Amino acid sequence: MVGFLGANGAGKTTTLKMLCGLIHPSAGEVLVAGHRPQRRHPDFLRRITLVMGQKQQLIWDLPPMDSLRVNAAVYGIPDRVARRRINELSDLLELGEELTRPVRKLSLGQRMKAELLAALLHEPEVLFLDEPTLGLDVNAQMRVRQFLADYNRRTGATVLLTSHYMADITALCPRVMLIHQGQLFHDGALDRLASRLAPERHVRLELEQPAPAEAFAALGQLDRLENCEVNLRVDPALLTSVLAQILARFEVRDLEVNDPPIDQLIGELFRQGSL
Amino acid sequence: MGRYWRTLRRFWGTALATQLEYQANALIELLAVALSLGGSLLLLSLFFGPGRELGGWSWNQALMVQGFYTVFDGMSSAWLRPNLGSIVTHVREGTLDFVLLKPIDSQFWVSLRTFAPAGLSEVVLGLGLAGWGAHQSGVVFTPAVLVTVLVMLVVGGVILYSLWFLIAATSIWFVKTWNATEVLRALLASGRYPIEAYPAPLRLLFTLVLPVAFLTTVPAEVLLGRASLPLLALGIILAAGFFTAARGFWMFALRHYTSASS
Repeated sequence: MVGFLGANGAGKTTTLKMLCGLIHPSAGEVLVAGHRPQRRHPDFLRRITLVMGQKQQLIWDLPPMDSLRVNAAVYGIPDRVARRRINELSDLLELGEELTRPVRKLSLGQRMKAELLAALLHEPEVLFLDEPTLGLDVNAQMRVRQFLADYNRRTGATVLLTSHYMADITALCPRVMLIHQGQLFHDGALDRLASRLAPERHVRLELEQPAPAEAFAALGQLDRLENCEVNLRVDPALLTSVLAQILARFEVRDLEVNDPPIDQLIGELFRQGSL
Repeated sequence: MGRYWRTLRRFWGTALATQLEYQANALIELLAVALSLGGSLLLLSLFFGPGRELGGWSWNQALMVQGFYTVFDGMSSAWLRPNLGSIVTHVREGTLDFVLLKPIDSQFWVSLRTFAPAGLSEVVLGLGLAGWGAHQSGVVFTPAVLVTVLVMLVVGGVILYSLWFLIAATSIWFVKTWNATEVLRALLASGRYPIEAYPAPLRLLFTLVLPVAFLTTVPAEVLLGRASLPLLALGIILAAGFFTAARGFWMFALRHYTSASS
C-alpha cells in the first residue's frame, strides 16, 4: 500500500488518471502491471480498478445489487462466482440489506462501501483509490480503512491511495510518495518523510530557575523562553549530548522530547508552498 | 460476443427497473406521444384537400411517410436520446472515466446503456400508421417488399444513430451539445413530409448530406414499388459510411478526452 500525497492541485488525481490510462502522458512512458495504460487493453483493465470519492458508478435509482450484476456481466464473471464474491465482500464491508435498497436512499458511508464492492468485484490486482474516505464521518472512515487493510492482506493487491486525511495514510501506508511542485519529493517510509520535513527534534524544558537566552545558544535553536519554560529545536544527531549538557548545567524540573506530528508538517509544507 | 449479449440484457433489465421506479412518468410520456401524433396528423391534413396533393403524394401515401417518421421519432425517444444524450453528462461529471475503464467497448456502452420503453409505443403506432396508409394506397405486402422495407428501416436507423452519435461525441470538447442534438431533431422533423415536397436544393441536402430522405421517404417508396435499385444501394453505402465515420470520430475524440478534474 502506497500513500500518495501532495497539495491541492499538485497533480495527484491527474497522475492516478494517467496510471489508469484515462489521460495520455504528454511525455515519457507509463507502465502499470506490464501494460501501457493509455492503450486500455482489456487484459489491463481487468487487472485494475479506480475508486473516486467524488464520483460514483452505481446507478442512482436502483439498489447496488443491480449495478453489481451489470459489472459482473461486463467483466464476464459467471453468476455463481459473482454471487460468492459479493457475499464475501459484503461480509467484509458489513453490507447487508443495503445492497437491495436504492442507492439514493443510502448514507454516504454505505454508498462508499457499495462503490468499493462494485470496484472490487473483478478482483483487481492494482487499486487506485482517490480520496475513498472523502466526506465520511470518523466511524465510516475507520471501517473503510479497516476493510482496505484486510483486503490488502488477503489478496496482496497493490494499492495506491490518495487522501486528505493523514490518518488514512498513517494507518494504511508503510510507503509514502509526496509530489511537490511537479517533482517527486519523497518516496519511502512515512517516518523518514517526517525526519526530512522536520530534521529537528523538539525539546521542552521546565527549569527550577529562570535562565538567560544566551545560555541555550550553543545547544540548539531557541523557540520560546518564558520564565522557566524553554522550547528548543535540536539536531537529532546531537540530541543525547545536548540533553546531557542541559542536565549538567541546569536544574531541570521536567523534560520532554517530541517529533512534530506528520500531518502538521505536511500541512505546513503545503501552506508555505516551499521547503 | 456472449459477454456483450449478457451485458446488454443486464443494461436493459436495469433500465426497465429504473422506469418502474417512476411509473407515473411512463404514463405521462405515453399521453404525450399520442397527443403529438394527433397534432402531426392534423398539421399534415392541412396540406391536403379535395384534389390537392403534396409533391405528387396522396393523403394515404403521405400517411406512410408520417408513419415512418413516427417510427424513427420513437426510436430516438426509446434509444438515441436516453443514451447519446447522457454522453454529455458523463463528460461533465467525469463518470465517463468509469465507462472507459471497463473491459468492454466504450461505444457499445454509451450507445446501448439504457432504454426508454415509452418510445416503443411510438414505434408501434408509427408502424401501424405506415401499414394502414400502405393498405389504403393498395400496396400488396409480398415477402420481398417487407424484407426490403425492413432493410431500409435498418439503413435509416444506422444513419440516424451515426449522425446523432457524431454530434454527441463532440461533447468531449464542447461539453454542451444539447442544442446541436435539438437541431438534428428539427432536421429529422423535416422527414415527416415526402422529400418531393421540398425544393430541389433541400432535396439534395436531405438525400446526401443529412440523409433524412432515407429514413422516411425511401421506405415508403419501397412499399409503393417506386424505389430504384441504385437509390437503395446508395442508402446502404451512406449508412456504412456514416457508421464508419461515427466510429472513427469516437476513437479520435477519446484521444482528446481529458477527464473532468477530481
